[in-house]
Amino acid sequence: MAEGWKGVIHKKDENRWEIEPTYKAGMRVPGLIYTSESMLAQIWEDQAFEQVVNVSFLPGIVGHSLAMPDIHFGYGFPIGGVAATRVKDGVVSPGGVGFDINCGVRLLRTNLSREEVKPYIEKLVYALYSNIPSGLGSEGKLRISDKELDKVLLKGSAWAVEKGFGQADDLICTEESGCIKNADPDKVSQRARKRGLPQIGTLGSGNHFLEIQAVDQIYDQEAARTMGILETGQILILIHTGSRGLGHQVCDDYIRTLGEATQRYGIDIPDRQLACAPVQSPEGQDYLAAMACAANYAWANRQCIAHWVRESFVRVMGKGPREIGLEQIYDVAHNIAKIERYMVEGKSETLCVHRKGATRAFPKGHPDLPAIYRNIGQPVLIPGDMGRYSYIAVGTETAMQETFGSTCHGAGRTQSRSAAKKGLRGSDVAYKLAMKGILVKSDSMGSLAEEASDAYKDVTEVVEVTEKAGISRKIARTVPLGVIKG
Amino acid sequence: MKTYEIIDTTADIGIRAFGGDLPEVYANAALGMLSLITDTATVREELDRAIVINAPDSDALLVEWLNELIFLFDTEMLLFSRFEIVMPDRFRILARCFGEKADRTRHELKRGIKSATYHKLKVEQKKDGDFQAEVILDI
Repeated sequence: MAEGWKGVIHKKDENRWEIEPTYKAGMRVPGLIYTSESMLAQIWEDQAFEQVVNVSFLPGIVGHSLAMPDIHFGYGFPIGGVAATRVKDGVVSPGGVGFDINCGVRLLRTNLSREEVKPYIEKLVYALYSNIPSGLGSEGKLRISDKELDKVLLKGSAWAVEKGFGQADDLICTEESGCIKNADPDKVSQRARKRGLPQIGTLGSGNHFLEIQAVDQIYDQEAARTMGILETGQILILIHTGSRGLGHQVCDDYIRTLGEATQRYGIDIPDRQLACAPVQSPEGQDYLAAMACAANYAWANRQCIAHWVRESFVRVMGKGPREIGLEQIYDVAHNIAKIERYMVEGKSETLCVHRKGATRAFPKGHPDLPAIYRNIGQPVLIPGDMGRYSYIAVGTETAMQETFGSTCHGAGRTQSRSAAKKGLRGSDVAYKLAMKGILVKSDSMGSLAEEASDAYKDVTEVVEVTEKAGISRKIARTVPLGVIKG
Repeated sequence: MKTYEIIDTTADIGIRAFGGDLPEVYANAALGMLSLITDTATVREELDRAIVINAPDSDALLVEWLNELIFLFDTEMLLFSRFEIVMPDRFRILARCFGEKADRTRHELKRGIKSATYHKLKVEQKKDGDFQAEVILDI
């Protein structure tokens, strides 16, 4: 059973495993999974592998149906799935982005050291917890009108900066400068707007979190310095959240609409959750315009939260923002579809790159990077689980050639929520973490148990695969000190 | 007769609901889903809400029905503990939902649900005449 993949998944090298298109009738391209042999059995067992195969059915898909090493079961696409389709005759699929559109991470740096922060850690965690709405059913502190919501959907992070949340530099250090241009609020349903209105500026629940971290390893001093990471022990803050109910509803709405379109255009897909429509069709364009709105909402959301993080640090530490040096390193999307250009069989081609639980990883010299990162490559932020590490990496040329400029996004679950919880109380998890010096504050102890470390792959193993395969290069590693869990 | 049970998946959670007829199975699926958010035994019948759902097939009807309840929780914090469902045909649900607004002092809110999904979705009549439904929820 554990080795059932043998004969189906073929080893290309230690870190690349291929599924030939002859495996199933209807596959248009081969599947390619970046993983180590030791993680393969899990991928086989939870059917994520079958989802890599299903994605290869999508019309217009080029190269491979790809999976990053943190691959696990998703809906339609696996989490960790990457697929690029030709814009001229390919499809776009909401299942290739997921329910939490532009779920992503933002990393802030500080001038503070672990020693300086240590006496304040309880106060900081408490201040962050009370200053940033989190948990199930939490409503934001922002009261915005329906009209104002249009501006959020159109402008993204810039809306928040205009309202006084953060600074212009934050926009430079955000993927797409925190705003996808073709957003059209008219393509977002009233239901989605209703879900989104009260939730702007909230962390949410589930796997979303906010972490105070300390740098514990630096692998490339120079690249780290460019990001403002100077030494081990330095304090960083990681924010992980997305587009909340608005994004979920946009996904719901368009799976329904595109489900009908799939039939109308006569597209044959093996899973209803892979509903899709030609990129150029009215349905495909409407989805992309609505998705852009949800992505922009998520960027505005992280922008507001980053502002409250700064506020909390200034208040608790009793120092000015400049002195604390709370600057943004970068903000990346983990769930998104983007129109990008790549070389396909020697020709430059415009593609719709679906990244579902994957990070854009552009190399140094790429024109879309801000000037400060043009010499090192785009920062890639890879959160691990609560008890272990998170990584900071950069994109590479190999990623451009093999994975449409993509790499992994996190650890990836290995255990179901109820298995993770079995015999484990949230308070046990909090206790175990406290023994390791990690302070956790959560609205729900149940969700804490479901997100326990053991439920995840070891992020180090995941990052090692991307490092050896060359699709991203690690720069630094951090450990958590304080966690606010939604 | 068992009303529902929880199905285990790696990332998320599913519901298997049972019933003597379709209205019962849809009502039990809803109870199963709500039990993931809070202990439904703690939800009082203080208000009722009427809902009408249409869908092209009975599978999609289950997804639309559950998504409506997720929407009501997300936007109005409404929790329900009892449903009266009438189905004029297989593609339409007319429901009266009894419950109350979530109150953090009495309801432990366990987890949020993003959406019901089409993955492994199934509404069927078994050989013994009873109905069964399965749905996976994105958490």
